[in-house]
Amino acid sequence: MKKALGVLMILVILGSGVLFAAGQKESGLIKVGIVNLPPEESGYRQANVEDMNNVFSVANGYDAKQTNTLDNSEQIAAAKGYIRDGVDYLLISAANASGWDDTLKSAKDAGIQVILFDRAIDTNESNYQAAILSDMAYEGEKAVEWVLSLGLDKINLILIRGQMGSAAEIGRSAAVLDAAKAGKLNIVADGTGGDSWSLEEARKVVEAAIAAGKDFNVIYAQNDGMAQGAVQALQAAGISHGKGGKVKIIGFDFNRFALRNVQAGYWDADMQCNPRQAAEISKWIKSGKMPSGVVYQEELLLTTETISDELIAKWGINADPGKGVITR
Amino acid sequence: MLSETILEMKDISKSFPGVKALDSVDFKLRKGEIHALMGENGAGKSTLIKVITGVYGKDAGLITLQGESIHFKAPEEAQNKGIGTVYQEIMLCPNLTVAENMFIGRSHSLVVNWKQMNEKAAQLLDSLGIPASPVQELTSCSLAVQQMIAIARAVDMDCKILILDEPTSSLDEDEVHKLFKLMRELKARGVGIIFITHFLEQVFEISDRITVLRNGKLVGEYETTSLSQIELISKMLGNVLEDITKIQKHEPIVSDTSIPVFEGIGLSSAAGVRPFNFVIQRGEVNGFAGLLGSGRSESARAIFAADKVTGGEVRMKGKSVKIKTPLHAIKQGIGYLPEDRKGDGIIDDLSVRDNIILTLQVMKGFFKPFSLKQAETFAEEYIKKLNIKTPTPDTPIKSLSGGNQQKVILARWLLTNPEFLILDEPTRGIDVGTKVEIQKLVIKLANNGMSLTFISSEIDEMIRTCSRLIVMKDREIVGELKGTELTETEVMNVIAQGGKNPCLN
Amino acid sequence: MPKLIKHFSHLVLPVSVMTLLIIINLIKGADYFRITMVNGAFYGNIPNILFGASELVILSIGMTLVTAASRGQDISIGVSATITSAVFVQYVLQAGEVTLLTIVVGFLLSCVIGLLLGAFNGTLVSVFKVQPMVASLILFTGGRSIAFMIDGKLSPILANDISNQIGTVIPGVPIQTPIILTVVFIALVAVLFKTTNLRLYVETVGINPNAARLNGINPKKIIFLTFLIMGICTAVAGFIAVNKAGRHDSVNLLKLIMMDAILAVAIGGNSLIGGKFSITGAIIGAYTIEMLNRTLLRLEIEPATIKVFKAVFIIILMVLSSPVVRVFMKKALDRFRSWRLSISQPKENALSTTNIAEKKEE
Repeated sequence: MKKALGVLMILVILGSGVLFAAGQKESGLIKVGIVNLPPEESGYRQANVEDMNNVFSVANGYDAKQTNTLDNSEQIAAAKGYIRDGVDYLLISAANASGWDDTLKSAKDAGIQVILFDRAIDTNESNYQAAILSDMAYEGEKAVEWVLSLGLDKINLILIRGQMGSAAEIGRSAAVLDAAKAGKLNIVADGTGGDSWSLEEARKVVEAAIAAGKDFNVIYAQNDGMAQGAVQALQAAGISHGKGGKVKIIGFDFNRFALRNVQAGYWDADMQCNPRQAAEISKWIKSGKMPSGVVYQEELLLTTETISDELIAKWGINADPGKGVITR
Repeated sequence: MLSETILEMKDISKSFPGVKALDSVDFKLRKGEIHALMGENGAGKSTLIKVITGVYGKDAGLITLQGESIHFKAPEEAQNKGIGTVYQEIMLCPNLTVAENMFIGRSHSLVVNWKQMNEKAAQLLDSLGIPASPVQELTSCSLAVQQMIAIARAVDMDCKILILDEPTSSLDEDEVHKLFKLMRELKARGVGIIFITHFLEQVFEISDRITVLRNGKLVGEYETTSLSQIELISKMLGNVLEDITKIQKHEPIVSDTSIPVFEGIGLSSAAGVRPFNFVIQRGEVNGFAGLLGSGRSESARAIFAADKVTGGEVRMKGKSVKIKTPLHAIKQGIGYLPEDRKGDGIIDDLSVRDNIILTLQVMKGFFKPFSLKQAETFAEEYIKKLNIKTPTPDTPIKSLSGGNQQKVILARWLLTNPEFLILDEPTRGIDVGTKVEIQKLVIKLANNGMSLTFISSEIDEMIRTCSRLIVMKDREIVGELKGTELTETEVMNVIAQGGKNPCLN
Repeated sequence: MPKLIKHFSHLVLPVSVMTLLIIINLIKGADYFRITMVNGAFYGNIPNILFGASELVILSIGMTLVTAASRGQDISIGVSATITSAVFVQYVLQAGEVTLLTIVVGFLLSCVIGLLLGAFNGTLVSVFKVQPMVASLILFTGGRSIAFMIDGKLSPILANDISNQIGTVIPGVPIQTPIILTVVFIALVAVLFKTTNLRLYVETVGINPNAARLNGINPKKIIFLTFLIMGICTAVAGFIAVNKAGRHDSVNLLKLIMMDAILAVAIGGNSLIGGKFSITGAIIGAYTIEMLNRTLLRLEIEPATIKVFKAVFIIILMVLSSPVVRVFMKKALDRFRSWRLSISQPKENALSTTNIAEKKEE
């Protein structure tokens, strides 16, 4: 037992040594420090980290160092380390929106340009150069716009929210709630997949609606996993869905399995939440045209009509089940 | 001596579903007396105490406290009227200080004046002659002192009546005397003390009066000086008394050629007993005698491998065997009834049936459970054989009285049909009737060829049952007695001399 | 009859809660128990509950045993199930063509992993005497990263027909496969209890480890064994969960299930500090929780407050089952009985008619 632990310790120490050794200065490269969350946080993050690795490579002219952790204080410590190392750019996706003021100021004092990606920080806008974010409210609006464009006589919608109070949940719910208030659609059931955006919980929400004899024709699930759970409930109850079916299905996040389901007509649409900010950031750095303040990314909504293999390959995240394979 | 009556109970009755625990019992406590409440387990002592302190309501009868009729609904009410209770198990917080233990939870103000509290505690401790400092942690006090602190806590609230429920069961002799000193001090102050114990000597030493209960009924109230020990026992038991004198010990027939059932050479264990040799013959009853902490239990445990074995050789009936764990010992036909019934013996939430079959079941194996019917048969057989008082075999063992619990553990071992059974303090904390039954059983088993080692704090019990006593002191054997040497004085002599012998150290 | 009631007294709480939930649901809709056939399989509230609770039921069984023997809880069960199912998925994916054999071998492999994970926790608890919650914290914290690595840093898709049938229904069989698997598992557990002394040993160890040792039972081995059984439970639960989902999500699979499993153990009338236990109680507890979750949805409680409602309900439940309230209820019941006795019979022989039993005294 102890031995195993010891070996593990040694490995960790060696591993970090290798990382530091790799960070030796090479002339002519742009020095970038990246503070991010670990890839195992989510499929989104996995794609995000991978994208950062691909773009900020030596081949592209970067000397990039990366720290991926869920712990805010570790993130701050890593950021301070990068500031001491004298990086040219500091890229941050913060675990926690608060507690960053001092770090950001010291970066500014050191003349380092800070770019926030994916997650905003609660601080004065002058403390960072730019932020590139997904606009959750925009995602919601775009999705609702699609729902309204379906040409249904009456829209009876089941809303399946993500973790209550999270930025994504608030943004993606807002448009639906607004539309309902405006009388454009009718929410027949309002549920949540809970803190883990759970497939099983989403399934139960739909099953409860069926048990209550609710009549519905749209399911608006705020991530792909929950959309999958909702569809499982329909399948078991023998209710048709997808292309030509009774119930229209929309999910979020652009998991490749979800996109393949849309492509197969098993679902109807999926809304993107783009994890690939690296190329845009790199473009700003290379061109010298650095924006200031918050910049929102353009994001896509794909339907059974607009979807294609190229788009799935380019924009999808996570594993690809392959063309024609439905993930039930 | 005519003194003022503080508590008078008349015609008290209390029933539980299926049993009448108290049947028209009278009880009278006077100011400044120590009044022993005696009776076997189940006689109604505890129920009576609980009626006094308001834990139970009474079904019928009258209670007057200093002429005022009372009817407590909760223990707090009794406390406020000056009735303090100290139980066998010390109910204090070990990691608080002495003063905190004495006062905490008693004031209704949120703010504690520590200085004042400590001063008050020091005063009280001093006046009662309790050797403790208010600021020391409770755990650093001896058990007796802890017990005294519990009493001090009870006494402090202008206590008129103090109830001591088995306060001495975990104290050694010296500590008991300290406690008695405190009791006399309180008595001189006019506190009426109700004292419950299983130790007859203590009753005669300290009490002024004795009230005896039997089966929920009052037998009588007596002046202590007017009663002999034998008379008291006979009043408590009714008719079992003559049995005690009838016990005839069994002398095994040992010849030079007979092979001992168990033979241990140089046994030692992690519990810190010095390497010792031990032999027992078929049908022999021997015992380890010695004071508490002399190593008698540790020796017994070393034989059974109850503690980690650190050395020694074992032969069973002449054949060399390996005994490193209790399971090995069990498989060799050795049984061990542990000293600490609650901690090492009973499985308290399990039924009497499961407790009885446990060890035999383990011997039989994990993959061979007894059918419920088989288990039931075994349990019923031994419930009958040992006269275990339990409503059903399915009753959890924890709801039985101490004596009956001990009989269940005995049954557990007897069911395994051991060749050699070690009984470590089988009679501790149980009523006199069961004590006698157990001693008789030991003799009977030996007559049937079982070898037994019997350990008891009460030397007279061992002298009555054992044919050979191994005397221990300071974790080693200091002598061996048999035949006519087997007297209490002789045991004491060996212990006393053993310590003076430097070559044994 | 009274004996029967006594025998099942620990089930009073979960069964009455279940009854209450059923009443609420019946008020909401009289067709609560209605079962229809959809695509050749039974469909309705009851099948949905049985389907949804499968993993929880299986994990609650393991949790009951671990709790009984080690006097603590394993909080790593969801994570362990994620690791075992990750291995299962990888095994299935590396096979070119997925046959029943692939699935079975993959499942057995995941059981081996489950045993290893159980052995890891079990060793920490039994040999190193680490508190079960602390010991399982290690896997709980690091396990999902391990599963993520096994997954090849992606959420692999398990899109084959057999997996789909395991997660839904096998054509021609009217009952959903997870329900069948759960029933089979419960039956195997019943056989295990019937053919071994597991109950006696676990209870003895949980109540009094010292006494267990002196009677020839090795408490370490028994505690270790319960963790091994838990390992199998996690493998089975992970297998069902991943086949239901059709893909392996190392982040969210069975994420907070240990909470519900512990709750199921408690609702089932089991003490969380070990000792006597009731698997039946825990199973009923698990189905009760599933029913509760669905009832709250059926009552259309707002998503923002649904957790609060669940919490309040559970607090009431726990208070009702607490020793304090139990003692109070018992007293009240005794008083009621003696009162009934006194009015139904003449005072004199009121007591002589009841049989004399030794009353707990000291």
